[in-house]
Amino acid sequence: MKLELEQSQKWVELFVQKLETNKAYLNELDTAIGDGDHGTNMDRGAKAITESLSKKTPNTVSDLYKAVAFAMIQKVGGASGPLYGTAFLDMSKAVKTENIELSDLIQVGSDGIKRRGESDVKMKTMIDVWQPIADDLKSNKLDKANVDTALNSTKDMVATKGRASYLEEKSKGHLDPGSQSSAYLFESLVDVLGDN
Amino acid sequence: MKKIINNVEDIVPEMISGLVRTNSDLLKEIEGTTAVVRNDKLFSEHKQVGIVSGGGSGHEPLHAGFVGDGMLSAAVAGEVFTSPTPDQIYEAICAVDQGLGVLLIVKNYSGDIMNFDMAKEMAEADDIKIATVVVDDDISVKNSEFTQGKRGVAGTALVEKIIGAAARLGESLDELVKLGKSVVDNTKTIGIALHAATVPAVGHPGFELKDDEIEYGIGIHNERGYSVEKIQPAKELAHELIEKIIKEFDDKSGKFAVLINGMGGTPLMEQYIFANNVLDELESKNIDVEFSKVGNLVTSLDMQGISLTIMKANDDWIDKLKEPVVTIGW
Repeated sequence: MKLELEQSQKWVELFVQKLETNKAYLNELDTAIGDGDHGTNMDRGAKAITESLSKKTPNTVSDLYKAVAFAMIQKVGGASGPLYGTAFLDMSKAVKTENIELSDLIQVGSDGIKRRGESDVKMKTMIDVWQPIADDLKSNKLDKANVDTALNSTKDMVATKGRASYLEEKSKGHLDPGSQSSAYLFESLVDVLGDN
Repeated sequence: MKKIINNVEDIVPEMISGLVRTNSDLLKEIEGTTAVVRNDKLFSEHKQVGIVSGGGSGHEPLHAGFVGDGMLSAAVAGEVFTSPTPDQIYEAICAVDQGLGVLLIVKNYSGDIMNFDMAKEMAEADDIKIATVVVDDDISVKNSEFTQGKRGVAGTALVEKIIGAAARLGESLDELVKLGKSVVDNTKTIGIALHAATVPAVGHPGFELKDDEIEYGIGIHNERGYSVEKIQPAKELAHELIEKIIKEFDDKSGKFAVLINGMGGTPLMEQYIFANNVLDELESKNIDVEFSKVGNLVTSLDMQGISLTIMKANDDWIDKLKEPVVTIGW
């Protein structure tokens, strides 16, 4: 399965909507184990994406992902900016040379996040959503239940990366905010793929 | 929440604008960014390695308040408690590079590390010589096997002062990296909070403490610490914090520097009382304090609290800490 330009645009559009709608909830999740601004930061990124795309309509999937990457890198800050930014920048480069399979595309994004954050699965970061979703896509079984499962798996993890790691055991029992925003990204993808 | 602000999203640009307009002989804004760079006459006349630091806003005077001859060349301000973005850091790097390279001083928080790394990659693509010193002085968190690693907190001000002095003396980028690592390794900090800070975008304090409670081991972004205990008299706080820090040093001989740092909402009166007790306690342990400083240097918005930094220093570092600088905040 490959994602064409129109579908990719819809995907980004739905993601932006979900970030704007759930700004307060993301802040609330981040207040528990971070500093309470993940929603504010992602909303700033969402608005930057909209502004960028309204100024210049991308002609290729690669251009679209690059615009998303630049908006995130330049406007989000914190850890989320470079992480989402690197994921989309790497995805932009990957689709430039060939129109790769969707599962490979998400794997490229996941690998980018791992590289930038020097992180891996089970550290209670957004990787705990990205990597399972990449795996699910490889076996063609992505739906919202999978996204939920991946997101909820972060609840009982002890964070060993990022600011939540300072809480050690106390980070248990809370959803990871970056995993929640990533879940919005992949719920949007499920919506685009028409598999509710 | 009561704050003297306008729109939450305008806090950082308006703060930078106010800071620069009231200190235009010292600082100027780098156009299109929330970064500031030296504006004094010496800046262009005296060639040296550029020193750039930055991080989330809400820690003032860190970092913009330390920009000036003998300290930082430029500082980049992110959103409140959020690291600045790479494009802005890159602009600051370009603004201070005089061909001798640029040193980045970065506090060990995941967002800061990643954004500064991306900026470093961008500058390297322009063939700018660039290196990073990561400050991780907070002893209240476990090392990097279990966490992101120790946080960079108030000791950052002392690190910036020493590196800034060395850069002014003409030390090379490689020498400054070596010096910076050594200074960081010998700098230990621990903090307490009486009341959490209120991030404007959030609107309420980051955590709740009862009237008679304090939190040990807080970070500078409202991160909770390792335990909540009953408030004690200042001298007992001093005793407890010193006990925790001093065991981090194998060798307690030689010279030491001390920083008593207010977190933003603590009156100087209380800081001086605490300082008095800290010096008494260190004296009773025969620890030779050659440099001490008290004040709000690395704050956490309106957090009520204090941090104690102890640095094992040598004569050279003590001299560098004592050298005069022209900045708003030191």
